[in-house]
Amino acid sequence: MNPPPGSSPAPAPDTRTAAPAGGGPVLEVEDLHVEFRSRGPVVTAVRGVSYSISPGETMAILGESGCGKSVSAQAIMGILDVPPAHITGAIRFEGRDMLTMAAEDQRKIRGPGVSMIFQDALSALNPVYSVGYQIGEMFRAHRGASKKEGRERAVELMDRVGIPAARQRVDDYPHQFSGGMRQRVMIAMALALDPKVLIADEPTTALDVTVQAQVMDLLQELQRETGMGLILITHDLGVVNEVADRVAVMYAGRVVETGTIDDVFTAPAHPYTRGLMSSIPLLEDKGNRLNPIVGAPPTLSNIPRGCSFHPRCPMARRATDGRDCATDGPVLREVAPGRRAECHYSEELLHG
Amino acid sequence: MSEPTTSQRHRSDEGRDPHQREEEVEVGATALAAPDVDEADEKQTSLWGDAWRELRRKPFFWIGGVLAVFFLLMAIFPSLFARGADPRACSLSNSAQPPSGAHWFGYDQLGCDYLAQVVYGARNSLQIGFTGVIGLLVVGVVVGALAGYFGGWVDSLLARITDIFYALPLILGALILLRVGPEARIFGEPVPVISERGPGAIAIALVFFGWMTAMRLVRSQVIAIKSSDYVAAARALGAGPLRILVRHILPNAVAPVIVYATITVGALIAAEAALTYLGVGLQRPNYSWGLQISDGQNLLRTAPHLVLIPSVVLSLTVMAFVMMGDALRDALDPRQRS
Repeated sequence: MNPPPGSSPAPAPDTRTAAPAGGGPVLEVEDLHVEFRSRGPVVTAVRGVSYSISPGETMAILGESGCGKSVSAQAIMGILDVPPAHITGAIRFEGRDMLTMAAEDQRKIRGPGVSMIFQDALSALNPVYSVGYQIGEMFRAHRGASKKEGRERAVELMDRVGIPAARQRVDDYPHQFSGGMRQRVMIAMALALDPKVLIADEPTTALDVTVQAQVMDLLQELQRETGMGLILITHDLGVVNEVADRVAVMYAGRVVETGTIDDVFTAPAHPYTRGLMSSIPLLEDKGNRLNPIVGAPPTLSNIPRGCSFHPRCPMARRATDGRDCATDGPVLREVAPGRRAECHYSEELLHG
Repeated sequence: MSEPTTSQRHRSDEGRDPHQREEEVEVGATALAAPDVDEADEKQTSLWGDAWRELRRKPFFWIGGVLAVFFLLMAIFPSLFARGADPRACSLSNSAQPPSGAHWFGYDQLGCDYLAQVVYGARNSLQIGFTGVIGLLVVGVVVGALAGYFGGWVDSLLARITDIFYALPLILGALILLRVGPEARIFGEPVPVISERGPGAIAIALVFFGWMTAMRLVRSQVIAIKSSDYVAAARALGAGPLRILVRHILPNAVAPVIVYATITVGALIAAEAALTYLGVGLQRPNYSWGLQISDGQNLLRTAPHLVLIPSVVLSLTVMAFVMMGDALRDALDPRQRS
C-alpha cells in the first residue's frame, strides 16, 4: 500500500467538516437521502449519507451490492430520474448546493467540475460514434471547440491515458477496443475537462486482474498530475487497500464506518466492516473455512428497525442497560480520533 | 502498485519460491509499460460497415436496388426511356392498338403511345413515394422522440393521438381528405396544395394518415435507448436533453427507421395508385399508373395490355423498395445472420 503523494493527512476527524491541508473540501455530501417512489413500497436506497472529498484525496466507498453506493454517486451526477427518485439533503460543489441550483447550472458543473467513469465502458460509450468523436464532444459541447480541435484534443487525451497508437485509433469505434483500452477511453472522456472530482463507479470490476492494476495505476497517476479528488466506489477490498486514503463503508443506505484506510483495515470499528475483512481469503488461513457474513443485505423497501445490520450481526444483543440493537438504532459517532462508526459496541470491537 | 490486489498476490505466491515471485512482478511491470495493443489494423467495422458487407451478398438487395435505380432514372429522365415518343402526341386512329415492334407497349384508348405514358407516370409515383416518406418520417420521428424521451403525460397524450389516427385506415383517411380537399376553406380561402389535388395533395394526405407506425417505431427505440449506460454517461458528463436526444439517442434509433422507410416508399406508391384509381388522386392530364389502370379496365377484354402493363410496372416498383427494405432489415439485424 502506497498512499499517493499529495494525499490528505491521515487524521480526518469529521467526514463532513474536515478540511485537510490545502483548502476545504471540493465536494461535500450532507445528509443525502434517496428514495424511489413508484408503484409499490417506497424503496429507500440512501438514508442520510454524508461525506466530503478534498483535492488530491482518494476516498473509497465500500459495501456489498445494493447498499446504496452507486445510487449516491448517481444522485451527485444527476442521472437519477426524478421522479421516481426523490433526493433530499445537500450536495455541495465548491460550497454551492447542486440540488437547489437550476438544471442548467448543474449541467455546467457536470463534466468540468464533477465527472464520472462507469463500470462497463462498452455500454457507457455510444456505439455509433468513434471514440475520438466522443472524447472530442466534451470540448465541443463545453468549450465550443471546433470539430478538428476536438479531435486533436482527443488524440492528446488518448495518448495521456496510455492508448497506444492514439492517432491511428482515434477514429475507431468502441467495440474495436479491448476492455482495458475501452476503460481508458472512458477515463479520457471523463478527464477531458480536468474535473475537480472524479467518481469512479467500480471502474475495474469488469476487467481482469492485470488490467485492473493498470487502470488503477493510471487513475492514481492522473490524480497526482491534476490534483483531483477521487471517489472510488468498489467492493474490491484489495483495490481499496492499495489506492484509497480514506474509506466509507456503506450498509443498507447508510455510512456505517469511516476513517483512514489504515485504521479501518487494521481494526474495524463496525461488525459489518469486520465481517467484510474476514471474508477475504487469506493465505495464512489456508485449510480453514472462510468466515462470510451470514445472510444478505436487507431489502431496501423493508429495512430492519433499530440497527439495520442487527439481523446479521454477531454482536447484536440486548445489553444490561436495556439498549437493544433490534430497536435502538445507533448513530454515527466518533469512536476514536479521526474515526466514526455507527455501532453501540465499537469500543468493544476496537479494544477487545 | 504493479502487483494486483492483496488477495490475488497471496494466491499467486502459493507454492512458489521467492525468486519465481520476483519474476511474476517483473512480468506485471512490463505489461504496465507497454499496454496491450488491440487488433488495430483490422478493417473498419461498424454496424453500417457490417450491414454493407452483408448486403453485398444478398441477391434480393441487388435486384431491388437495380430496379429502384432504373425507375428512379425513368422518373428523372423520362424522355430517355420513351424511345422518342411524345406522350402528348396522340392520334385516335391508333386507339388501343396492341404492342408491336415499333411501339412496345402499344397505344391507349386515345391513341397515345403507351410506353411514353407509362414512363412518364414514374415521376409522379416516385415523387409521391419519396416526399410522402420524408414527410411521415419527420412527423413520426419528432412525435415519437418527444413521446419516448419525455415519457409521462407527454407520452400519454401523444400515444393517444397516435391511437386515434391508427383507428382510421390509411386509404380511407386519405380518400376523405382528398375528397373534401377542393371544397375545404380556411378563412374563406381554399387550402393551398390540398385543394389542387396534385402530387403534393396526395403526399400530404398520405403523411397525415400514415405517420403513426414511424412514431411508434421511434418511440419504442427511444425508450429502449434512453435507459442505456451511454445516455447516463452523457448526462453525467453534462449533456443537455436536446444534445442527448439528437446526438446520442436518435442516431442509435435510426436503423429500424431506415428499414421501415424503404419499405414504406413502396407502400405509398401503391397507395397513390389506389387513390388515383378510386378517383380522388391524380387527374388527367397528369400521368399516373393508377389513372392508366383505372382507364384501361373498361377495355380489359379487348385491350388487356392497357391494364396489365401499368400493373406490372407498378408491382415491380413497389417490389423493388420492399425487397431492398427486407434485405436491409436482415443485414442490420445481427440475430438473423447465419
